[in-house]
Amino acid sequence: MSELLSTPSQTVGPYLSLVLPWEDGPFAVAEGTAGAIWITGTVYDGSGAEVPDALVETWQADDNGRFTHPDDPRGGATTPGFRGFGRCPTDEHGRYRILTVKPGALPTPEGGTEAPHIDVSVFARGLLNRVVTRIYFADEADANATDSVLASVDANRRNTLIAQSAGDGYHFDVHFQGERETVFFDV
Amino acid sequence: MTLDHNESRLLLPTYRREPATGQPPLDTPGYRSTRLRHPTKPLVVLPQRLTEVTGPLFGEDRVRPGESDLTTRHAGEPLGQRIIVHGRVLDGDGKPVPNTLVELWQANASGRYRHVVDNWPAPLDPNFDGTGRAVTDAEGRYNFTTIKPGAYPWRNHDNAWRPAHIHFSLFGRAFTQRLVTQMYFPDDPLFFQDPIFNAIPDAAARERMISRFDMAGTRAEWALAFEFDIVLRGSAATPFEEEDDDE
Repeated sequence: MSELLSTPSQTVGPYLSLVLPWEDGPFAVAEGTAGAIWITGTVYDGSGAEVPDALVETWQADDNGRFTHPDDPRGGATTPGFRGFGRCPTDEHGRYRILTVKPGALPTPEGGTEAPHIDVSVFARGLLNRVVTRIYFADEADANATDSVLASVDANRRNTLIAQSAGDGYHFDVHFQGERETVFFDV
Repeated sequence: MTLDHNESRLLLPTYRREPATGQPPLDTPGYRSTRLRHPTKPLVVLPQRLTEVTGPLFGEDRVRPGESDLTTRHAGEPLGQRIIVHGRVLDGDGKPVPNTLVELWQANASGRYRHVVDNWPAPLDPNFDGTGRAVTDAEGRYNFTTIKPGAYPWRNHDNAWRPAHIHFSLFGRAFTQRLVTQMYFPDDPLFFQDPIFNAIPDAAARERMISRFDMAGTRAEWALAFEFDIVLRGSAATPFEEEDDDE
């Protein structure tokens, strides 16, 4: 079998907003979906400055833990209006927002369970590759306590992956560097 | 065995990990903007599970008619060298990735982006906005008609110039395959001084970002052509142990 090596990643640069933001980008679920939540936050650089030229993308299961995808053998998402993908450029204050539903827990191939989570990619000028993180939820303490990915993270840094309840949803900031540097993953 | 086979084991594909020298380190001091933006702590290895091996499958639904031709969307024709940019989107096993969204953006022939923060003294072109979208066909092929972008200066280092390039964004079929890259043109004299292109340590990997001049793909009396195949991460086959266990 001939294995091809990947085309390398390059930065999105300063002009990603020409094409990557979509009018419906922030809506991982349709507006008006029952149980919809806003996930909001700010992206910060190593000086603590807000990053106004980043793009935040999210990918997740629906509230029953289902994906509409051929590699998920369990059957598709059941929530009407569910896309599962969100995309939002940061504004001049580094803020992004995604409308979604809290995902369900997921089975693992090893027979365990993953706590509800959202995979996140952040792109920006100055990032030669995307950075990947995960959003977990503060009000899922029991599920979080047994999640093997969270357990693999230094206990002192785990809180950087936990979104806190806020207003009409949850708050999740991304820090590229600094005391509160977000845990980033090699996927 | 008392387990229900449908629930006993979830079989998922595994996307291969490739040599690190084929990707740019996030901490690349020669590219100054990485200084305050690259993570300083080691990345944590994320097991590839359901969220990672699935992903959004965007196709025709995200593309409007005419979005793959950047030369016909305005009142007049843009200035510059008209080119066809085409190629295939493949996975690491050489299999085509069909019906997948390709998003593209670029500078105009003068090297200027139609963007509020790009104000270097080169002209905008009222007939060119530098954005495109297309979907691959059943063989993974995509095709854009555009204008060859110009090089442009930036303030990274003294008299720094970006080689001419086109930005590409792709989803593939899994979160693990998400890729944003830049397509370059053959024999660009600016490669040697560009810290973004040279951030990839492996020279052979850098070559994978350079398109090929394609005489056969040109259209007589109309447009030159460049071919650019894009390879997304390959997956190891789903393991067969399950079937063996059943026997």
